[in-house]
Amino acid sequence: MHSPDLTSVGIVTPQTARFEQRLTLRSGAVLARYELVYETYGQLNAEKNNAVLVCHALSGDHHVAGYYSEQDKRPGWWDNMIGPGKPIDTERFFVIGVNNLGGCHGSTGPASIDPATNKPYGASFPVVTVDDWVETQAQLADYLGIRQFAAVVGGSLGGMQALQWSITYPEQLRHALVIAAAPKLTAQNIAFNDVARQAILTDPDFHGGDYYAHGVTPKRGLRLARMLGHITYLSDDVMGSKFGRLLRSGAFQFNYEVEFEIESYLRYQGDKFAESFDANTYLLMTKALDYFDPTHHQEDASLTLALKPASAKFLVVAFTTDWRFAPERSREIVKALLDNERDVTYAEITSSHGHDAFLMVDPHYHELVRAYMNRIEQGGAA
Amino acid sequence: MNVHADHRADFKTIAELIADGAKVLDLGCGDGSLLKYLKQTRQAWGYGVEIADEKILACTKNGVNVIQTDLETGLSGFESGSFDYVILSQTLQAMKHTEIVMREMLRVAKQAIVTFPNFGYWRHRMQVVSGHMPVSPNLPYQWYNTPNIHLCTLQDFEAFCATLNVRILQRIVMHRGQQVSFMPNLLGSLAVYRVEQLS
Repeated sequence: MHSPDLTSVGIVTPQTARFEQRLTLRSGAVLARYELVYETYGQLNAEKNNAVLVCHALSGDHHVAGYYSEQDKRPGWWDNMIGPGKPIDTERFFVIGVNNLGGCHGSTGPASIDPATNKPYGASFPVVTVDDWVETQAQLADYLGIRQFAAVVGGSLGGMQALQWSITYPEQLRHALVIAAAPKLTAQNIAFNDVARQAILTDPDFHGGDYYAHGVTPKRGLRLARMLGHITYLSDDVMGSKFGRLLRSGAFQFNYEVEFEIESYLRYQGDKFAESFDANTYLLMTKALDYFDPTHHQEDASLTLALKPASAKFLVVAFTTDWRFAPERSREIVKALLDNERDVTYAEITSSHGHDAFLMVDPHYHELVRAYMNRIEQGGAA
Repeated sequence: MNVHADHRADFKTIAELIADGAKVLDLGCGDGSLLKYLKQTRQAWGYGVEIADEKILACTKNGVNVIQTDLETGLSGFESGSFDYVILSQTLQAMKHTEIVMREMLRVAKQAIVTFPNFGYWRHRMQVVSGHMPVSPNLPYQWYNTPNIHLCTLQDFEAFCATLNVRILQRIVMHRGQQVSFMPNLLGSLAVYRVEQLS
């Protein structure tokens, strides 16, 4: 049992929103109906203008903060950022976490039952994009009676959603917090994603995506995909200082069992993830990352032009040792916002933790988000 | 970069030099108080540039847009001619790459406002004559801990502008918040220049 923590949102319960209308996705595919599972923390005020949407990254979900029971040891994935008195203060903001469409934690996704066949969607679940997520999150906002978010917040792939929100629905958010994100992936980044996908797609237990019917899951592939991803989320520095060349038994064993501590760590992370995550969702999320590019439909493909409709104020944050979503990429976003004369603050946080830094406690980073969020409230009803 | 001797001595003067509603870039903006002041007095708006974490936080608390970057490496994140004014308030003398910074300033803005402590101020000269590096309210550091590595006099700065083909549009010389018009290079401790790039 965890000790009582006054800065925790406490015990939380996920809820489900059902949408019976047809949803046409960016790919042209249609979902006859869908569900989104979400959690909320704090109170929506009478003016309904204190809502904050938290968008999750590749492996995240709607369980952003709090615990599911008194015995629950692990809080939501951004519990250090969200709660009473925390940088995103639930005493003042009504915070919403939502599992994205295509997810594997309750929202309609590849593992859900297709009403047309009464079997899991599996391979037939359509590929979704960041635009589709923004669209369905907007439906959820309608469902909750929220016309305008005080802020849309996200890190990594979540930051891309916040950015897309500012373009698609400029009037429906006052602030966008785009953290450890990029305006689009580089070839190197897509390459990492494809190796991860290949690991899953070539797993004999994948069965073309319909592994549910076979009573197996492509765990080996998913485990490899996660191990690869994990390497790219850490910095060389932090891996070096945490594991270095440490050997578990102190001497070479001259075999292929786990010898180096880093191997042990990666395998553990891979195993843990493969137990709890759906491989089809992993494929779909990496594809959404690859496709994300707000300039996609433009002739001259400039981010400056793509961000022209945005009217929100921005906080853009990058981390010095993040090489998967490097500071240079955040600066591209900042440049496009400057070109459009938008209000923007850009902070480059000195951290040794690589891409994962956005999820970790760092006093300066958290103070900055707190200061920015305080400023939102001051401008609150405006 | 806090090399300001007297934080607000030149705020009022700078405000008088800019047009209402101007778009301003404040380099080495500190906690953002100049931008805040210009917003209140001139309805100006824009961005600050800072390198230090605590200044980024202070600007955020002050509600001022700030971009964290090292201005020594140039202003490549800013489009040419995208600002009415770029301000470098008591920071020029602490820059390593003085020429690059001046060129970059006048690339991104139509005009630059540069303020710096006048090394030619008579008390400074007296201290040098008496065998010491100057220490004064405008130069409040010892030689061994000063961030000020490129100090100059009014004459030096004007010669520098000439070599860069930069035209001086306005010069205000101050001492203790008062304008100095008689023998400014001797009696003024703080210089405020408004300049533009000649093509």
